[in-house]
Formats: sequence, C-alpha cells, structure tokens
Amino acid sequence: MSEARAFKHIGQRTIRPDGFDKVTGKANYGADLALPGMIWGAILRSPHAHANIRSINTERAEASSDVLAIATFQDFPSVNDAASAAGTLRKDLIDTAQNILAQDKVLYHGHAVAAVAARTEAAAEAALALIDVDYEVLSPVLSIDAAIAEDAPLLHPQLKTEGLVEPADSPSNIAARMELKKGDIAKGFAEADVIIERSYDTPTVHQGYIEPHATVVNFDHNAPSMIWCPTQGHFDVRARIAQLMNMELGQLKVVASEIGGGFGGKTTVYLEPVALILSKKAGRPVKMVMNREDVFRASGPASASQSTIKLGAKMDGTITAMQATLHYEAGAFKGSPMGPGCMTVFTPYDVEHMYVEGFDVVVNKPKVAAYRAPGAPQSEFAAEMAVNELAAKIGIDPIDLRLKNAAREGTQTIYGPKLKVVGLEACLKAAQQSEHYQSPIADGVGRGLSAGFWFNIGGQSSVIINLNPDGTGSIIEGSPDIGGSRASMQMMAAEVLGIAPGKLNPIVADTEHVAYNQTTGGSRTTFATGMAVIEAAESVVSQLKERAAALWNVTTEQVDFVDGVALNLAGEDSLTLAQICAAAEKTGGQISGTANINARGAGPSFAVHLCDIKVDPETGKTDVVRYTAIQDAGKAIHPSYVEGQFQGGAVQGIGWALNEEYVYNESGVMENAGFLDYRIPLASDLPAIETIIVEVPNSFHPFGVRGVGETGIVPPLAAVGTAVADAIQKPVSSLPCSPPKVLELIMAES
Amino acid sequence: MKAHVTTRINQESVEFLCEPSETLLRVLRDNLGMTGTKEGCGSGDCGACSVVLDGELVCSCLVLGVEAQGASIETVEGVAASDELHVIQQKFLEHAALQCGVCTPGLIVATKALLAENPSPTEAEARYYLAGNLCRCTGYDKIIKAVMDSAATMREGA
Amino acid sequence: MVALTYHAPTTLDEAVSLLSNATLPAKVMSGGTDLIIQMQRMIDSERLIVDVKKIPELTTASLSAEGLTLGPALCCSKFTRRDDIKQRFPGLVEAAYLIGSTQVQGRASIGGNLCNASPAADTIPALIANNAICRIHGAGGERRIAVEKFVTGVGQNCLEEGELLASIEIPAPAVRTKDAYLRFIPRTEMDIAVAGAAVSVTLDEQGTCIAARVAIGAVAPTALLVPAAAEALVGSRLEDGALAKASAAVSEAASPITDRRGTADFRRHVVGVLTKRAAKIAAERAGEGE
Repeated sequence: MSEARAFKHIGQRTIRPDGFDKVTGKANYGADLALPGMIWGAILRSPHAHANIRSINTERAEASSDVLAIATFQDFPSVNDAASAAGTLRKDLIDTAQNILAQDKVLYHGHAVAAVAARTEAAAEAALALIDVDYEVLSPVLSIDAAIAEDAPLLHPQLKTEGLVEPADSPSNIAARMELKKGDIAKGFAEADVIIERSYDTPTVHQGYIEPHATVVNFDHNAPSMIWCPTQGHFDVRARIAQLMNMELGQLKVVASEIGGGFGGKTTVYLEPVALILSKKAGRPVKMVMNREDVFRASGPASASQSTIKLGAKMDGTITAMQATLHYEAGAFKGSPMGPGCMTVFTPYDVEHMYVEGFDVVVNKPKVAAYRAPGAPQSEFAAEMAVNELAAKIGIDPIDLRLKNAAREGTQTIYGPKLKVVGLEACLKAAQQSEHYQSPIADGVGRGLSAGFWFNIGGQSSVIINLNPDGTGSIIEGSPDIGGSRASMQMMAAEVLGIAPGKLNPIVADTEHVAYNQTTGGSRTTFATGMAVIEAAESVVSQLKERAAALWNVTTEQVDFVDGVALNLAGEDSLTLAQICAAAEKTGGQISGTANINARGAGPSFAVHLCDIKVDPETGKTDVVRYTAIQDAGKAIHPSYVEGQFQGGAVQGIGWALNEEYVYNESGVMENAGFLDYRIPLASDLPAIETIIVEVPNSFHPFGVRGVGETGIVPPLAAVGTAVADAIQKPVSSLPCSPPKVLELIMAES
Repeated sequence: MKAHVTTRINQESVEFLCEPSETLLRVLRDNLGMTGTKEGCGSGDCGACSVVLDGELVCSCLVLGVEAQGASIETVEGVAASDELHVIQQKFLEHAALQCGVCTPGLIVATKALLAENPSPTEAEARYYLAGNLCRCTGYDKIIKAVMDSAATMREGA
Repeated sequence: MVALTYHAPTTLDEAVSLLSNATLPAKVMSGGTDLIIQMQRMIDSERLIVDVKKIPELTTASLSAEGLTLGPALCCSKFTRRDDIKQRFPGLVEAAYLIGSTQVQGRASIGGNLCNASPAADTIPALIANNAICRIHGAGGERRIAVEKFVTGVGQNCLEEGELLASIEIPAPAVRTKDAYLRFIPRTEMDIAVAGAAVSVTLDEQGTCIAARVAIGAVAPTALLVPAAAEALVGSRLEDGALAKASAAVSEAASPITDRRGTADFRRHVVGVLTKRAAKIAAERAGEGE
C-alpha cells in the first residue's frame, strides 16, 4: 500500500445512508416491531442477591386464563439432556443458561427466575405474582475483598481456581488466575533508582446504552424461527440460541434490528431464548422489553477492579521494571475480562522486565459483559496513574517519560507478538505539540494525561456486492451498524468501484441472506468487514474487466479499470461501470462479487488524552474544562465518525472516572438502578471534546485502517484521575472521583 | 374501562382508546404505531421520548394518554415535511451528530423546541436546555455543533 | 401499573367535590412527574386521579403590590419564563428552574413539588425563605398555613382528605430584600439535590442586613427554617465571620442521612457552604435594588 495514495471518497465526510430514517423516526429498533397476534412476555426476577431456590411453583400461573405460556430453566433442552448429565456440555453454556433463567440458585438481585407470556404487557407483569418461589437466603458477596476472604460464602460450591501453579484442591470464589512474564522482574527492580508501589480501585459501571434490551420472536415449526433483536452480532445470537435450544442453525433466522447502542453490552443473550420458549409454547409471536431498572440490575455491567502497580526506574527516566497484580469482578459467573486487562496493562511501554498476575473473582452482581476495550480501562488506569506519579517523582515531563519508554515497532509485548508499526510515539508527539498541552493551566485547575492501548481484532466477515443493470447496487453485509459503519462500507466500495457512494445501498442482512459474520466488537468492523467489502468490490472490478474484454473481444489483461471506467489498452474504447452493467445480459448475466474472509493483521491502536479539570475546593465538585483526545486511526475512512468514536469513548471514560458507579446496600440490592442516580455525563457537564486524528497506516489493510472504536475509553480514567489529583494536590487512587470522595481527600491531612 | 380520547398529533385529528393508566408514550408507540418516539427509561430521565404537548417540551412517558384529550401534540414524525428534512435534521446528518441514533428523535424534537424558544442560544444555553436528552455514543460534541449550526441557518432563513 | 379512574375538573369546587366523594383512594395530579412514576410501581390497586391542570386559577401566577399569588399547578417552564416574577423572587425562580430537565419543567409544578414533600424538593426551601403561605381549599372552606408547617414528614403534608392546595401566596418583600437558592448536585443538571439552601436577605441603605430567612433542604426529613442562621446574618454586612456563623448554624441544624446521593458528613458540610454562598448572592441582589 502507498501512504501518499490519493483517495476520492475515503476521508470525505459523506451523509450516512441510514441517516434519513434515523432523524425522522422511521428506523426500527428492538422495541419497534409489532407482529400480528403478538403477545408479551415478562420476567420474574430474584428479590435476593444470593439464595438457593428451594422450589418454583407455577401452578397458580398455569391455572390463570391470562397466562399463555410459562418458562423456567427446565425448558432449556440442552442442559437437561444426556450431554449435560454426562458432563460433556460446555460449562460456559450452562453458565449462560443459568444466567438467562436461574436453575437452583439466584446469584444477584434481579437474576431472572421464570417468565410468563400474556396478551398485554401489563397482564404479563401482573401474572408474575402468580409464580411462587421458595428461597433460602444466603449472605451476599459484594466485593473482591469479601469474595477472596477465607470464610467467604461460595457462589459456586464446585468452582475451583484455574491457572494456579499447583492445581486447586478446594473450591473458591476465584475462578481463574493468569500470569504473564517478560524478562526478570527482580533484576528490573534491582536496577531501579526509584521504586513506587500503589494500589487503585475502580467501581462497577454500566455500558449505559440508551436502548434497553428488547426482542420479538416467532417460533415456527415449518420454517426458520424468527428472532428480531438489537444485537452487535446476530450470527452469534443464533449460535448461542441453537446451542441452548438444541436446534440447528438453519432452524433459526436472526434479524438484527437497528441497535440503540451496545458498547459490548449487546454481545449477549438474555431475553431472546426465553421469548423463543414462550413463543413455542404459546404458538404466538412474543415480544419482550427490559425496563431501565432491569437493564441496570440484570444486564452486563463492567467489572469493578482492584490493582496494585509497582514500577522501577532510573533517574534518567528509563523504566526498568513494571509489575501488576490485578483483580477483576466477574459478577455471578466466571469470565471477567481479566485476561485482556493483564495483556494490555503495560503495552504502551517498551520495558525489559515485566510481571503481571490477574485474578477472575465471582461476586453477587450481574454477570459482567464486554464494555469497550474490555478489561483495559481498569488495568491501564492503574498503570497510567502510577506512571504519572513516577514522572512527578523523577521530575520529568510525563510525555517525555513516555516517549523515552514508548512501545514501538519491534517492541516485544508481554502477551506474545512483537508490535508492528504503531502510532504511540506519533500520538505522544501530537499531544506534546498540541495547543492544549502548550496552554497555561488556570488557577484551581489540574491537568492530567494518559496513554491507552487496545489490540483491535479481525476475524470472519462476509459481504456480497450486487450490481444492478443501471450501475447502482447494494452492499449486503452482516455487521450491525452501531455508529455509522454503513457509511464506511459504502465509501470503501465506492473507492474501489470508482462510483459515487450514493449509488450503493448498504444493507445489514439477516442470518439467512449473507454468510457468517463475527460480532461487531473489538473495533473490527471497519477493518475486517471493510476488508471483505474491498475484496468483494475487487472481485466485481475483475468481472467488470472480463465483461468489458468480452464486449471488445480482447483479453482481460488488455483492460484497465480506473475511476469506474474500463479502458481498452488495445484501443481507444472505454466503458463506464453502468454501461458494462447494462450490457451484462450479453456477457453472461448480472454481476455480483462476494468475499468471505477471516481477516488477519488488525492494527493496534494507541491514544493519548489530555484533560483539564477544575475542582471546587469547598465541595469537591469537578468540572471538566478542556479535553483533547488524540488517537492513531491508521486511516480515517469517515473522519466525522472517527472523531465521534474518540469523543464518545472519552466521555464514557470521563463518566467512569467522575460519577458513575453501582451503589449497593448491604443486602446486595443496587440502590441507583436508573438514569436519575446512575449519573452518566450530560451535555451540560462537558466542554467540546477536541480531537486529533493521527494516521499511521496499518499495512495489513488495503487503506491502512486500524479500528477506532475502543481505545478511546482507555485513557480518560487516568487522565481525569491525574487532573483531579493535580487540582487538589493529593494522590487519587479510587474511582469515581465523586464529590464526597474528592472532598474527603481535600480535607485529609497531607 | 378504556377512555376515548380525541386529540391532534402533528396537525392531524386523531382518536384513540386507552386505559387511563397508559402513558402517552405507550399510546403513541403501541396503540398508534408511532414508534419514532423512543423509550429509554420510562421515568423522565433520558429524554428519548420527548414530544411537544401544547407548546411545552415534555417526556411522553410522564404524561397520561388521557391527558391528550383536546391537546395538540408534536412528535418526531411531524418534524420533516413529507420527504424534505427540517434544517435541524439535515444539520444532524451533516455534523454526524448521531451514532446509534436512538436518542436522535428526542434530540431533534428538543432542539426544535429550543430554537423556537430561543433562536440564538449560546453553546452553554443549548447544553443546559438539552441536558435532559441523554446520548451515550457521541459525547455531545457533534450534537451541540449541529444545534448551533441549525440555529445559525434558521436565523439566516428567517 | 395501577388501575386509574381519571377526572379533569375545571373548577376548584368540582375538584373538591370529586375528592370528598371519592370511593377510591384519591390522588391530585398536577404535573404528574412524580405521581406517574409512583403509580407505575403500584400493583393491583386502584386510584382516582383528579387532574387539576384544567382549573384556570390553579395554573396562573399573578404579581401585584401585595405580592405573588401562585397557582400551584402552573408548570415550571411557564413560571420561570416570567421575568417580572424573576426580578422579585430570583431565588424562587432559580429553584423552579433547577427541577429536573427542560422536559420535566414542562410538566412539573411548584405546588406538586411542595405536596409531594420530598426532603430534597428544590422549591420548598425557597418558598420558606420567602415566607410563603399555603391557601388550602376544602369542602368546609379555606384555611391558611405557613409553608414550613405544610410539609409534615417525608412524602407527607398536612392536607386532610378532600382538601386541595388552592394557591401559594408570597407577601411582597420589604425594600432591598432579595433571595437566592443554591443546591449541590454531582452533575450540572438532572440530579436530585444532595443539599440545598435558600436565603432571603433585607438590607438597610448602608448595606447592613436587617432581616433574613434561611431555609435548607435535603439534610433532614423536611426542609428546615433555621432561625439561628438568620440571626447570624442580621446586623452584619455579611462579612466572613457572619457567614461562617450562619454556615455553622445550618450544619448544626441539619440531620442528614447517608444514601446513594451522598454521605451525612458531606451533606452537613456542603449545606453550610451553600448557605454562605446563597447569602452572598442574595445580599448582592438586595444591594442592587429594584
């Protein structure tokens, strides 16, 4: 690829093709579908955070004429059959089933226990009172400290820690341990002039998508059953339901509705299998919609964490050793993003000696789900706070310290590969030269900065491009469009085909109309599905050349294709794409290109954020007065949506750092399960979020794309934390920096 | 017993039946099939269900359907003239002020109300007026730019 | 959700008659921003809803030489647009402006805020600081009660069955009297007050405080009038010493709880800070004259 390549469409700020429907209210999201004969489902949820289920009695509900169907855990065929009895069924599938409908234990307040369907939503909700559940209430375990205490109540009496040096012989709330090493950590600390060791913690937070989970399901005996839902990955929803329900993939058709935000939280299934059970039993389409309270109580929060970081450095700023111990809450079932947390924690640094140990801890909170760069914000918050403190201690500018130790091409990561060309140094230099960093800091204001890293992923994508006889066409893809990706696909295809983007209609197809696509996540869509779009478009171009060759009676090698026009190199002839399409009938039928790929070579993305915060010294209230996000996009296909990803990630991170947290009472009931008291940032809370797009191309993508969705949420936690610490001149170690906590720091004796 | 309600929605006379306990949001979405108005919280905390009721911007989840009797309601479906977008809608698209788009109908309705009340808002005024419209995708930056550009364009056109 | 019987009377007497003759538990609905959410949480119950927004006198505000007569069901948006009222009672208008979002203000009313009787209600401290009187209409006639006596506990008021809040009356303030209301919330908008303080100050021609009322919110089961804080201000020119005394007095009077919105210690401290700041603003306004 050539860095100086001139693009016609890539890099423009086109109008998104799905925009008209979204600004007029025509676009259909999860809760917007109604089918003839449709009934409503509702879920009975646990009033306890931790309890054994002695019995679930549905007799009264069954006797009610209002109730058309009832579902409990016993309705999952997969977990009740021979495979389950033989212990060969995957444990994570059983966990998924038990999370969707509790089996013999409830593990968090709001855990689904049973479901009913009735003619109206109100009737379904009222009928929940007809299900009698007998609980034996147990003590809830609500923090990492409580979970790992020696006498802690066990969530899963069979759970033993995986990954210990000596295999575990007794059960524990620690589901897994992970260790990563590089060099000799003891040697690294022995070489250091300065050593600092600090502990940090972050709270349970929620992705906070504005659209609650919702689904409409129509079970069908004779055709694929239809599942309509807002999801980041309808193919993976299909796979999960097929496993849970012992169905073939071909018996299910999952239609991705428009999706009202996900951020990782809609990579899961909660309602869909339940609605399928209810629909099968009732013989009617079933709609289920979570309310906001349920979304907080029973859908994917992100892990709370505790981290200890130890750093060693020489007085010249060379970091000699980096060590981390990281604990992540998994929620009710194992599987926190502890792994990626361990892998990312020190990746911005090229340091010889590193040691990282991580623990996955179950607690009586909802099972965590992915949240934008899952695991990385927690661990990198701790690491970056410590690095900033190290810079202050040595007396070196925090950007200079990072530049001196920055990961670059050839840096050996702790998790395996050596880095290819990356943009961290470019981001650090852009930050250093920015007007923001050069500007003076006002009285009462603190400034913080942080680097951040996320891998980005590739994976499987499938795309079909169909051309019409008039030269217009459609791009059939299978990646739900969560933030403007249809526009990027359109632009990349248009770039290859040399036609206006508006000539191509991007369609997010259901699971029957395009081959498998991995879930939209890992910042993969513009990279991997984009590669599939380019490959499909290139296939179209080669067919166009063949068709033109046939029309001119020359060889394909004698045809060039430039900016949407085929040129006969053996003569003066030329044909536009539309002209070739119009003549397709004569040259072998209509033209379409497909690509089914497993994309490799995703480009890591680094970012650097700058934050200025004013703190009210009498109340501890914080005010973000200036914020700049700098990130390597590789290549920005649609700069506005790239900036939007930077800004959105930054603001979610600001919320995480300042005011968002799950507040639990002693019984394990979340006390702020609503947007009133779970305080996500408002328009009035924020300044303009300035952006600088750095472009260090990823050589594995034809246009240089890296993926931009996730890295932006990593740096804000430490940028904000450091800015607050700078403003109050006290160390900050615990998020969120909510006013009571900040005031306590201010009032504390130095 | 269901109540019979006669009202005006987007300048058209509309009749519907509803339970007195049903919110205007439910009536719009489930009874009338007007799903452009979204539900994000059901408690007046997110603004996704914003409509204008007798000239006041409100959350339709905090209004009973029966209160629509004799009232005049404006929803997102009434903002564009047939297939021509309103300036605000056009500016939201030009500025990429939406990512997932689920908060967008509420923001469009709220922005229209803001500019009707205050054609020349400062950026701070716009941010405070729209504080009840939560957006989790954009960080608000591009939304505010679209609002300010809408205001400027509408002033020129006035 | 609860099953409702809904009525929207157009006169006060009609409303009182509906309430007096109700066979179901009756609820008066003004803006409904609290009531509709409360009703959604009720299961298997019935309620009579008397929507009072169609009663003209309950949705008008009139300002005269005698003072302000406020229809309790007037929505906050319409109230806060009244520049004439804002000039006389800037603190009360600020309090109304702080209730919820623009959308909530399009529905919520000061009377509803008062009757709902949340400890954190923004307008109650401001009404108390302004000597507001509640005029209560019932089948047996009318009675008047000071606003600080109207609220009797968390979510409770002194209305008897069949009674209705007919108006809120605020006497015209003395010359060089102005109010201010400040609350503390973690964000800039949308949150419920963690602490609130309203102060009304009357200055003499030299700028000495000759009368004051200080009321605090969200730091006790009901909003509190704190005479000790007012006494600390009277006779001073709101120097730091007097402000510190007023601040200490409200912190002393507060009996806050720790909950999801803030700790008791934080509230006790912050209500003092707010009182000091509100007193300064009120005094500046009083000094600027009409």
